[in-house]
Amino acid sequence: MGKILEINGPLVKLELPQTVIGEQVRVGRMGLIGEVIGRDGDTALAQLYEDTTGLRPGEEAHGLGWPLSVELGPGLLGAIFDGVQRPLQAVWEQSGDRIARGVAVPSLPRDKAWHFVPDPARHGGSVLAGGDVLGSVQETESILHRILTPPLIQGELLELAPEGDYTLEEAIGRVRLADGRIEKLHLFHRWPVRTPRPFRQRDHAVAPLITGQRILDTFYPLLKGGKAAIPGPFGAGKTMLQQQIARWCNTEIVIYVGCGERGNELTDVLESMPELKDPHTGRPLMERTLLVANTSNMPVVAREASIYVGITLAEYFRDQGYDVVMVADSTSRWAEALREVAGRLGQMPVEEGYPAYLGSRLASFYERAGRVETFAGDHGSVTLIGAVSPPGGDFSEPVTSHTKEIIQTFWALSKELADARHYPSVDWLESFSGYVSSAAKWWAQAVDPNWESARAEALDLLAASEELQRIVNLVGVEALSSEQRWTLEAAGLIKEGLLQQSAIDEVDSFASPEKQYALLAALLEIYRQGMKLVKLGAPARRLIQMPLLAQARRWKSQHSSDDLAALKAKIAAIPDAFEPMLQEYTPASSAPREATP
Amino acid sequence: MKNIEFRTATSVQGGLVVMGGVPGVASGSRVQLRDHAGRLRSGLVIRASDDAVLVEVFEGTDELDIERTWVRFLDEPFKLPLSRDIMGRVFNGSGLPRDGRPPIISADRRDVNGEPLNPAARAYPREFIQTGISAIDGMNSLTRGQKLPIFSGGGLPHNRVAAQIVRQAKLLGEEAAEFVVVFAAFGASHADARFFQESFEESGVLNKVVMFLNLADEPVIERLLTPRAALTAAEYLAFDLDYHVLVVMTDMTAYAEALREVAVLRGDVPARKGYPGYLYSDLAEIYERAGRIKNRRGSITMIPVLSMPSDDITHPIPDLTGYITEGQIVLGRELANQGVYPPVTVLPSLSRLMKDGVGKNFTREDHPHVASQLFASYAKALEVRGLAAIIGAEELSDADRRTLEFAEAFERRFIGQGEDEDRSIHETLNLAWDLLSMLPADALIRVSEDELAKYHKGAA
Repeated sequence: MGKILEINGPLVKLELPQTVIGEQVRVGRMGLIGEVIGRDGDTALAQLYEDTTGLRPGEEAHGLGWPLSVELGPGLLGAIFDGVQRPLQAVWEQSGDRIARGVAVPSLPRDKAWHFVPDPARHGGSVLAGGDVLGSVQETESILHRILTPPLIQGELLELAPEGDYTLEEAIGRVRLADGRIEKLHLFHRWPVRTPRPFRQRDHAVAPLITGQRILDTFYPLLKGGKAAIPGPFGAGKTMLQQQIARWCNTEIVIYVGCGERGNELTDVLESMPELKDPHTGRPLMERTLLVANTSNMPVVAREASIYVGITLAEYFRDQGYDVVMVADSTSRWAEALREVAGRLGQMPVEEGYPAYLGSRLASFYERAGRVETFAGDHGSVTLIGAVSPPGGDFSEPVTSHTKEIIQTFWALSKELADARHYPSVDWLESFSGYVSSAAKWWAQAVDPNWESARAEALDLLAASEELQRIVNLVGVEALSSEQRWTLEAAGLIKEGLLQQSAIDEVDSFASPEKQYALLAALLEIYRQGMKLVKLGAPARRLIQMPLLAQARRWKSQHSSDDLAALKAKIAAIPDAFEPMLQEYTPASSAPREATP
Repeated sequence: MKNIEFRTATSVQGGLVVMGGVPGVASGSRVQLRDHAGRLRSGLVIRASDDAVLVEVFEGTDELDIERTWVRFLDEPFKLPLSRDIMGRVFNGSGLPRDGRPPIISADRRDVNGEPLNPAARAYPREFIQTGISAIDGMNSLTRGQKLPIFSGGGLPHNRVAAQIVRQAKLLGEEAAEFVVVFAAFGASHADARFFQESFEESGVLNKVVMFLNLADEPVIERLLTPRAALTAAEYLAFDLDYHVLVVMTDMTAYAEALREVAVLRGDVPARKGYPGYLYSDLAEIYERAGRIKNRRGSITMIPVLSMPSDDITHPIPDLTGYITEGQIVLGRELANQGVYPPVTVLPSLSRLMKDGVGKNFTREDHPHVASQLFASYAKALEVRGLAAIIGAEELSDADRRTLEFAEAFERRFIGQGEDEDRSIHETLNLAWDLLSMLPADALIRVSEDELAKYHKGAA
């Protein structure tokens, strides 16, 4: 038992001998929760996850004996938690519209019974190791929740409960540990959030994450188990893009961490997810989604913790053999929380007030992503997508620049594109992906062998048009040759007919890989057909007026991913549209017409 | 403890007083100070330990000394008394009357800091508010419960725009604006405060306005309290009395500068441009108090006004604000200089909640596409205008010339409107189609073919 010595914002100095760094503390009469971050003799420094107004020096404080941990078990899916895994729905029912301080509600519901089916391979007397699957609970229609042995348990399984309904309080088994102690097993266990969960070994990431967003999947792919960043100034559409990824990506589990962001955005996710269907399974999206919400007006220390809570939950589902995507919006707010606490601790600021350990903290956080072989022998992955909110849209600021060194896929959002309402405003020149060659193998096998060359051709076209645009801005479009004008036009076609994608248009919102490739191939076909004509001497002016170009710009929203036959028919008809002009300009074999440049 | 006066100040400096030897003082509790002339000031405990208590004084520390300063710890946070009688009243930044009428007496006194709203309790804003201003309604629609700031600059008519919104804002189908207004000015000039007061008077809403004024020549520290007091009143009106509350706050830049001033005195580590690292969290505490709550009838819609220092949108104050608020209405000097009122620069303007509050069932089915098309066509037109400035208008193609004419008409007729002109959303959308009809139908790919057939004047 200790007491409060000093209160300074979220930091509280305690007289608390024998505490350990990281230990959870309960402080004051209100029972506020916090975490020890420093020791000096008998005094300890703690950061509290709740507002400290009203705390007084002299009030009692005590250590709880464990670090910040999360409860892992059935009941996670579809829930919304705060930054320290308090269930916000239950907190709302218990304490009203405003988050009262010191509320203690268990993270997972204790009264609900789950139907547990034991794994037939497990029986009394068998050897049990951490990560082994004990059995399963069908948590939602689409997700089978595998009940795992807590990672550090090693011993002999004495008994395992038969199939039946159990609450989290009831033991479902007993295990004798190596030292002879007997430990009860439950449907859930706890794990400290700042410690990565162990696994057997890291694996290569092989399959691309399909998000249904053309600029991402086709141009800057991310792999399941990869790490990506979405930097962008405000208003560039960061949140929309992340919500699109959370909605449409092809992983079994999606964890959305709202870290220091807007309350209404989470409400939007909460209200829209149950209505939307997973395009891959047809089930409501909420069944595979889990939200961690620490909005910008909630205490800053819990914001720092929320990212770790999210990634630990992601690792837990990974350990069950699932592919998990975690979207963190925004890592900049997390870094700012770090800065705020560092500032109050009087640590030496380096860049823009951030502490010197910003880069290493970011790196070790992103390293928790990856595809692994679990202890149970399955494969699971955590894909990490972090939003970055650079002040003033300046990508050279510390959080963006450190992040850029760590991640493999960089989806840079551009204010200029967003201002012109070109969404998603992913800048095709600033973005990059280190996964293209891996993704190409998958695309070649699953969709079309020409994917990689088509992608490269489109990107070349976009880069060339950027050059030409510069000339046009100086001297006007009339100064370009026909070939150059056609290149510019074709790039515009790709931008509007392929890269631009409407999140609010029902048909356009999600594009399957097949649809993505079909559109890409179609637009390139138009480009090539036109270029052939231009080379034969047809003026670009005439080509630009072809109705086909305006029509092709609408294809994306006219044909859904389930119905590609009609689109393919239109694509097959592309050469017909060029046929009359081709006749006109094809030199007769006897007297070849001279091509005019 | 409430009744004991301590005279143990050990240091007084720039708005802060350090008190020695007062054990057991609650952090965040309110303080009353009496100076040598018997004048009372109020303050707040910002750091507490048994040896030293750091007190922030709202009225400033001018003319305070160490020997003759008596301090009482009131043992509770800063609270605002609330009752129906606040309507039509004018208060100072700490909630005391400044209209010469008696103070509000009520048993219902609330902590001005509020408590964070549980995200699970929020209801998503979906009801379209018609402001009668085309540039807002048509392209950056406001919804009930949204926080949509006006980014402006010195000399731009942000106050007139804000006042016009207050006068005209209504839900579709409603006869008159049925909501109440909470108006907070911090660091505002006397002239600005008077402008708003007169504008409320003229439109006859004065008895439905609660004002909190901290003017430019009043204590800086009190500025930190002003928006919080105003929002506490707004929350009471919205969630206890079921009103729809429109909160207008001006000027957030003055607020942030006050925060910086105090942070420097406290010795906080500066982040960008000397502003403290917690500027984002602090602004969020204010902005996030807007919204709707499930099972409650009232709502808080917030229109903060902020002037961008040197018209720089990347300055920390507009930048951090933009990351928290649900969009922004940007006023621009270029349009203002051309005599366009309201000078809304539409391209950097944005309403994030628009997508869920317009279209079928809300305004009109073509609204989302029309807005998107206006943005795209105008963005294109500005490119052409840039080109014309270089190569000369006579070098342009016919199509480009039409685009230029469109831009001109769009700025004059769509963005520009009278200060008393209240356009319905249908008028706004019809006007948009008039303008879009200046362009050929196949240049309009953001609208559907059906919409083109129905509305485009040049379509077959």
